[in-house]
Amino acid sequence: MAEEAKKKKGPSPGVLALRKVVDDVYEEARQAKKRGEPVGWSSSKFPCELAAAFDLHVVYPENQAAGIAANRNGEMLCTAAEDIGYDNDICGYARISLAYAAGYRVGRKFDPETGEFIIDPASGKPLKDENGNVVIDEETGKPKKDPKTQTPYEELVNINDIEALPDGEEKERRLNALKPIRQNLMPAPDFVLCCNNICNCMTKWYENIARMHNIPLIMIDIPYNNDVDVDDSKVAYVRAQFDAAIKQLEKISGRKFDQKKFDEACHNANRTAKAWLKVCDYLQYKPSPMSGFDLFNHMADVVTARAKVETAEAFELLAQDLEQNIKDGTSTLPFEEKKRVMFEGIPCWPKLPALFKPLKENGINVTAVVYAPAFGFVFDGLDEMAKAYYKAPNSVCIEQGVAWREGICRDNKVDGVLVHYNRSCKPWSGYMAEMQRRFTDDLGIPCAGFDGDQADPRNFNAAQYETRVQGLMEAMTAKD
Amino acid sequence: MSNMDTKIQELIDISRSPKAQLKKYKEQGKKVIGVLPYYAPEELVHAAGMVPMGIWGTNTKTITRAKEYCATFYCTIAQLALEMLLDGTMDDLDGIITPSICDTLRPMTQNFRVAMGEKMPVIFLAHPQNRFEEFGIKFTMDQYHDVKKQLEKIASKAITPEELEHSIKVYNACRAELRRFVKLANDHCDVITPVKRSGIIKAHWFMLKEEYTEMLGALNDGLEALPVCDWKGTKVVTSGIICDNPKLLEAFEKNNIAIAADDVAHESRWFKTDAPETNDPVRDLAIQYTNRDHDVLLYDPKSAENRRGEFVANLVKESGAQGLVLFMQQFCDPEEMEYPYLKKALDAADIPHIKLGIDQQMRDFGQVETSLQALADVLSMRV
Repeated sequence: MAEEAKKKKGPSPGVLALRKVVDDVYEEARQAKKRGEPVGWSSSKFPCELAAAFDLHVVYPENQAAGIAANRNGEMLCTAAEDIGYDNDICGYARISLAYAAGYRVGRKFDPETGEFIIDPASGKPLKDENGNVVIDEETGKPKKDPKTQTPYEELVNINDIEALPDGEEKERRLNALKPIRQNLMPAPDFVLCCNNICNCMTKWYENIARMHNIPLIMIDIPYNNDVDVDDSKVAYVRAQFDAAIKQLEKISGRKFDQKKFDEACHNANRTAKAWLKVCDYLQYKPSPMSGFDLFNHMADVVTARAKVETAEAFELLAQDLEQNIKDGTSTLPFEEKKRVMFEGIPCWPKLPALFKPLKENGINVTAVVYAPAFGFVFDGLDEMAKAYYKAPNSVCIEQGVAWREGICRDNKVDGVLVHYNRSCKPWSGYMAEMQRRFTDDLGIPCAGFDGDQADPRNFNAAQYETRVQGLMEAMTAKD
Repeated sequence: MSNMDTKIQELIDISRSPKAQLKKYKEQGKKVIGVLPYYAPEELVHAAGMVPMGIWGTNTKTITRAKEYCATFYCTIAQLALEMLLDGTMDDLDGIITPSICDTLRPMTQNFRVAMGEKMPVIFLAHPQNRFEEFGIKFTMDQYHDVKKQLEKIASKAITPEELEHSIKVYNACRAELRRFVKLANDHCDVITPVKRSGIIKAHWFMLKEEYTEMLGALNDGLEALPVCDWKGTKVVTSGIICDNPKLLEAFEKNNIAIAADDVAHESRWFKTDAPETNDPVRDLAIQYTNRDHDVLLYDPKSAENRRGEFVANLVKESGAQGLVLFMQQFCDPEEMEYPYLKKALDAADIPHIKLGIDQQMRDFGQVETSLQALADVLSMRV
C-alpha cells in the first residue's frame, strides 16, 4: 500500500513560471498585432523553430480550443461552427477554431442601459461563513452563492459585427464585454503554419482558415509512416519542405533566415524537451510527487513555447519543485495513491472535474500519459529535426505506438490503462482496440475504454465513465 | 432484350458480383490484388500481370468482425472493407494495397496489416500532400517503387518499364472511355438511368481494364448512334465519396432525376486525370497523382481561393444540370470539412442542392426519397 503523501497548498514556483510562459505567448502576439507585425496560427507540431528564426509571433489554435473547452465554452463554439455548415462529426478543436476564425467569440451579457454585466444566478460557489460552513438561504432552503465568485451570463457574439460598429461607447462596451480569457482574445491570423503529422484533418482545417482570411498557408506534410524508422526518402521529403517553408517565411516576415536565431531556437527546444522528459519521469516515483493530470496542464507550454528559453527554465524549476516534493514526502495529488494508470489519449477538457472525480474516489493516480514521449523529442541538426517531426502520436505505426506506451507503462509502474475513445480524434482512436489487446498480452494489465471527446461535452457520459473506472479498479485490485 | 440492354446488364451483373469475378480470374491462374481507396497506382498491379480489384466496402453486409478493430465512429466503407477481409469474402486475394490519405485510413492501414497477419501481404502506401514540387514527385516515386517491389515479390516477376508503359496506355484508354461514357450517359439519360450508370461505371473496379474498355467502348458506340434524348425530368450532378447503392439510386429514377455528371471519388474523381505517356513510367504515375486536383482529400496550395467549390459549381452548369446532390458519407472528415465552401460556391452560382447523410449499412431510404422528391420539385421549376 502506497503511503499517503501530503498535499501542498497553492501552485509551486515552477507551475507559476509555466503559466506565465503561456500568458506571455498570447500577450506578445497581441502586442505584435497592435504594432502591425504579422501573427501566425500554427498547428501544435509544426516545427516552431522555423518561425522562431524570423522572430515571428505564433499562436496555437489547438491550445486555444482546449482552453476554450476547459472554460466550458466548447459547446457554444462547436454549435456556432455547425451553424456555418461544419458537421458535428468533425474534430471539436477544429470546430471551435473554425468558429473563432469566422469571428465568433464568447461575450458577457450586459444591460444596454447601465452597461452593467447581468449576473447568472446559477453561477458561483456556495457562500461560506467564518467557520467554513455553507450558508443556507432561509427563503429557498438552498445554499447561498458567494457573490464574489458569480459570473455574468455568456452569449455568442461575432467580432466582425462589433468591429463594423462606428467608434464610440457602444463599440467599446461590446469589446470590453468579450470574455476576458486569453483564448477568447487571440489575435486574428496573417498567415497559417500547418503540419499534418498529427492528422490530415489539420490540412483541411488550415485550408479553411486560409480561405476565410485570405492569407498564405505554409504546409509541412508528414505522410503516415508504416515503419518504426524514418528512412532517407522521408527525411529528404521533409527537409525539402523545410527549405520551401523558409522561403515562404522570408516573404511573410520580410527578413532573411537567421541561422543564429534558428540554432538558438533548436537549442531551446531541445532543452525544453529534456526538461519536460525529466518532469514526466518524476511520475516513476511510487508514490508519485505529482498528479499526472498536472502534465495535461503543462502541455500548453510544450505546445506553445517549446523553443523559448523561459519554457526550458520553467520546466527545470518545476523539476526542482518535484525534487523537493520527494524530499518532503509531499505531492500535488490531493489523495492517497492506491493504484496507478496510464491515461490514453487527450483528456475531455470540458469535463476535467468529472474525469478526476472517480479517480479520486478510487485512489487512482494517472502516472503515465502518451504526451510524455510524444513531445519529448531531442534532435541535432535539420535531418534529425525532420525525423523528430515525423514521429507524432498519430503518424507512427502501431509497433512504435505500442513501444512508446508500454515503455512508459513499465517505467512508471502502472497497474492498468484507461483508454479514451475520443470522438474528435479518429487517427488516435483508430487502432486503440488492437493496442488494448497488446497492453494486456504484453504487460498483463487490465484496460478499460470509455467514450468521450476532447472538446465537445455532448460526447461524454459521466455515468458510463464512472462505471468503466470502477470496473478497471476492480480488475486492478483483483490482481493484488 | 436488345443488344445494348444485354451489354448494360452484363456490366451491371459484374458490378454486383465481385466474388464471382475474383473466382473467375483465379481459375484463369491469375493473381488478384485488392486495392483500397484512394489513388493507388493500379497500373503497377496490371503491369505485374495481376488483376487489381477495388475494395470500396459493400451495401449488403453488416459490421460484426471489424468491430474488434474499429470504434463506432469510423467510415463504414473502411469498416466493411475490413469485414470482407475477415469474413472469407476476400480470402482468395493474393494481397492488398492500403493507401493512407485520410484520418480513417491512417490507423486502418495498421488494422488491415494486423488483421491479415500471415493470410496475405498488405502493401502500405503513403501519398504526399505537397505533391507539386520536385521533392513531392520524388517522394511519390519512392513510394511507388516500394509498392512495385512488393508486387513483384507476389507476382514472382520483375515489372519491366515497357510493361508499365503498356499498362499506363491501357489505363489511359479505359479512363478516356469512362469519360466518354459519362458524357453519353448525360445525352442518353433515358437509357442510362442512375442505377444503370452506377453499375456500368462500378464494373471497372472488378475487371481487367482491357476487357472492360472493350465492353464499355461497344456500349458507348451504341449510345452514340442513338438520337440525343429529349429529357423531360430534371438533372443533377452527384458529389461525394461513393453512391452505388441501387436502392438509393432508384429514388432518383422515381423522381425523374437524371445524373448529368459526377464529382464522386468512386466514379469521375478516379478517372478524370490521365498519366502522361513517356519513357519514365513510374514518374508518369507520380505526375498523374500530382495533377489530381479539386479533390477533398488533397491539399490545395491555393487554399485561400475556393477552387474546388467553384469547380463543382461549374460542373453543374457545364453539364446542363439544375442542381446537386451531395452524398455525405457519415464520419468522412474531408467531405465534411469542404462542405461549407462547396455550399458557398453553389449558393453564389444559384444552384440548389441537398446533402444526404449516408452510410453503407443504410437499409431504409424513406427520408432520402422525401428529400429527393422535394429537390425534384424545386428543380422542375428551373428546367
